[in-house]
Amino acid sequence: MHELSIAIGIVKIAEDETAKAKAKQVTKIELEIGVLSGVELESLNFVWKSAVKNTVLEFAKKEIDIIKGIGKCLDCNTEFDMKYVYDTCPKCKSNFKGILKGKELRVKAIEVI
Amino acid sequence: MCGTCGCGSENNGPTILKPGEEKHQHSHDEHTHEHSHEGHHHHHDGHTHSYESDHKHKVLKIEQDILQNNQVLAARNRGYFEAKNIFALNMVSSPGSGKTSILERTLADLKDEISFYVIEGDQQTLNDANRINALDIPVIQINTGKGCHLESDMVYDAVKKLIIEENSILMIENVGNLVCPSMFDLGESKRVVIISTTEGEDKPIKYPDMFYTSDICIINKIDLLPYVNIDIQKIKNYALQVNPNLQFFEVSATTGEGMKAWYDWLKDQSKNLKAKA
Repeated sequence: MHELSIAIGIVKIAEDETAKAKAKQVTKIELEIGVLSGVELESLNFVWKSAVKNTVLEFAKKEIDIIKGIGKCLDCNTEFDMKYVYDTCPKCKSNFKGILKGKELRVKAIEVI
Repeated sequence: MCGTCGCGSENNGPTILKPGEEKHQHSHDEHTHEHSHEGHHHHHDGHTHSYESDHKHKVLKIEQDILQNNQVLAARNRGYFEAKNIFALNMVSSPGSGKTSILERTLADLKDEISFYVIEGDQQTLNDANRINALDIPVIQINTGKGCHLESDMVYDAVKKLIIEENSILMIENVGNLVCPSMFDLGESKRVVIISTTEGEDKPIKYPDMFYTSDICIINKIDLLPYVNIDIQKIKNYALQVNPNLQFFEVSATTGEGMKAWYDWLKDQSKNLKAKA
């Protein structure tokens, strides 16, 4: 359940940024999570409540922007949609690819009061 | 809750101990809890911003990587290892694949040729550190408590306590878990994933993230091949589908079969260190 560590990382960023802005509370947090990032959204949602308790995020609305995976074949340059990190190039079946999108794990913005 | 180490409370956070040291509860002598509150100091420093306005929503663009804290400390570890000519391996696998057994045999067979140091990661007990300590190898145990993986700040604290000499190989045995440790860079030179022949051919695609982020794959327990219905080439094919750059070693830590190739690789790494020194 590394999602707890992820949630705690999010809390730390939110606490720091809220303090920097001299705000009191976060009303909304926007996250960007790629489908190849290794984070299970279900698990993250499961731990969220306990992770944000007694923090600036306790009453914040959470919005998650899920980023689709896109790979580029290193052998034939085809760009293709990826669901899993082991997806092969649909054109030439090569396993060698670069991941262009889908590894994101970012706090995009917070709305504070 | 501690924002850096992720410990839930004072009693189940990570502890970092040498064999023989008493387990005092989560003393945090080097790892104070100030870090999780450092941002709050800004509240009281008298520094004012003109845009402050209460009861008004304000959007702050952040665009910050959630794992940034871990990555920054991993980079610090990596820089330390490079400066001191230390080759660090992060050993990962499911529980029971044979990480500690491979480590024990390797250390026993090579300790006269290579200077080794070990960091052991487990949720509880000093058992693994005691096994390594019995071989007269300097070792530190990290107990993560409820934590399911090592993070770079724990390794940072452990390395400070271990006092590693130059031109050494540091073996970091992660918590037995094929999922969580994959996301946490410790600053290692190479990541080694271990899979045993009793685990099923398709494990690499069931737990792809770990194989994707590893450099070396050790297939252990090859002495059991006659008794298990498994095709070792299929394990490799699945692993290569996830990560075509993986380098394989097929070994049995029990019988010693295949260990020579792994030893030769380690000796080459050690020679490279000395050449750089």
